[in-house]
Amino acid sequence: MALASSAWTEPTGFTGTGGREKDGVGSTKAESRGARLGRVARAVGEATRPRRYSAGALVAHGVTGRPWRPAWRHHELGSTYDAVIVGAGVHGLATAYHLARDHGVRKVAVLDKGYLGGGSSGRTSGIVWSNYLTPEGVRFYDRSLRLYGELSGELNFNVMFSPRGHLTLAHSDASLRAMRWRAEVSKLHGVDSEVVGPEEVRRLVPLADVSSRARYPIMGALYHPSGGTVRHDAVNWGYARAADALGVEIHQGTEVLAISTAGDRVTGVTTNRGEVSTPVVVSCTAGWASLVSDMVGLSMPIITRPLQAAVTEPVQVLLDAVVVSGTLDVQVSQTDRGELVLGASPDPFASYSMRGSLEFTEEVAGRVLQLMPSVAPMRLLRQWSGLCDITPDLSPIMGPTPVEGFLVDVGWGTNGFMAGPAAGQAMAELVATSRTPELMAAFDLARFAEGRLVEERDAAGVGH
Amino acid sequence: MILIPCPHCGPRNASEFAWKGEHRPRPDPARASPAEWRSYLYHRANPCGWTTEVWFHRAGCRRYVTVERHTLTNEVRRAVPAGGER
Ligand SMILES: [Zn+2]
Repeated sequence: MALASSAWTEPTGFTGTGGREKDGVGSTKAESRGARLGRVARAVGEATRPRRYSAGALVAHGVTGRPWRPAWRHHELGSTYDAVIVGAGVHGLATAYHLARDHGVRKVAVLDKGYLGGGSSGRTSGIVWSNYLTPEGVRFYDRSLRLYGELSGELNFNVMFSPRGHLTLAHSDASLRAMRWRAEVSKLHGVDSEVVGPEEVRRLVPLADVSSRARYPIMGALYHPSGGTVRHDAVNWGYARAADALGVEIHQGTEVLAISTAGDRVTGVTTNRGEVSTPVVVSCTAGWASLVSDMVGLSMPIITRPLQAAVTEPVQVLLDAVVVSGTLDVQVSQTDRGELVLGASPDPFASYSMRGSLEFTEEVAGRVLQLMPSVAPMRLLRQWSGLCDITPDLSPIMGPTPVEGFLVDVGWGTNGFMAGPAAGQAMAELVATSRTPELMAAFDLARFAEGRLVEERDAAGVGH
Repeated sequence: MILIPCPHCGPRNASEFAWKGEHRPRPDPARASPAEWRSYLYHRANPCGWTTEVWFHRAGCRRYVTVERHTLTNEVRRAVPAGGER
């Protein structure tokens, strides 16, 4: 909950807020010169208004005291769109961005019942990795990781991509075997992933108890150097700003109440702000996938479970790599602010409740201490919860459905954040061309009825 | 904490139980088509609201219990011994 603090009524970009503060502070000091320069800038005209964030723009805004343009705008809800996307998180915004940029489909509305990036995209631990178990999974997440690497430049927004390395610890022979398998699948697809021994773990994670005295001694790890972290809020804001600049409308506080159909075709949506007609509705929701699908009478193989996380007080750099242990059911990383982010598996039952539990706090603290006994003096700062839509094979559900015009990009479980960029690109291609990109073909809804599961349990099920 | 009023043991913390999922009638394995069977295996109503589900009291009486729980508030309003095949 703590990560999701800004109110949806006052959406501003990261830099936008800073600019406004600067405006207030500097206005008396540089008034005359600022006003003069401001007039000059206005005379030069709207066209030269700095849209791009840059050092030059920062200086210009600082000198002139001119407010930054909001990173995205408010709109009245229109009556017709070429496509309506449900959910303004990473997936929905990335889909809208790619629709507008790659395919010229700009009459697009992204609707969110809350605020932008306020669902699971604002509650993720921001870990990205791609050394999954299945070839389909490895290919997909690898595409996404590569897109994340280029995202700051592409969106002109620093998403703080940090490929600091990702380690999945093995505490048993069985885990080591599964990791060797994963390493081979990764190598086959050009993804860097190798099994390393306890000495290498000690070198990479000095904090970890690699001794044989541990209750579950570390026998090795699957090391994935290109995995790491991304600043999740920046990804939401960056995609929103880029999509807005291309003409996409983002409607916060706009809840889809019903989806109307004629025969087996989508014709529009009913929202709390009025009716909209559209031939295409894309569900990019996490936590609400079953409820949105229910609106068109479509049953989904999904269970919604809360995923909790917690952060400690900020400290100096202790931990470089992201560390995951399936046996201990814990994930630890350190943010750029210095907080340790602690995660585990989703709560062990279906629920739409986003309340934290004492069970989680006690268990995650106990597990972290087994792994890193020296962090015992650190205090927990806060904990929060988000919803995960979990499928039977822990692979997502992407693509068309039996209801024409109703497309889904759901069921990502705990893996949605890292898949966002590739999912947006693939879903946009599907919407624009009506062809399913090869990259996502294996993740169709029909696989459950036809018994073609993409079993990702041994990789994606590890607590994170 | 979620309390489940086990009909055999009384109110106990949900962490004593294993959640077994929505209570759903099982199709006849001899007569169900593969598609029907897979739908039974994989598809869930997953409602946001009241639902009837099965919990196993693993750290208690080790019996199955049918529970009515609200999935948004986690309120439990009824727990009875599970009948039938489970
Ligand atoms: Zn009992």
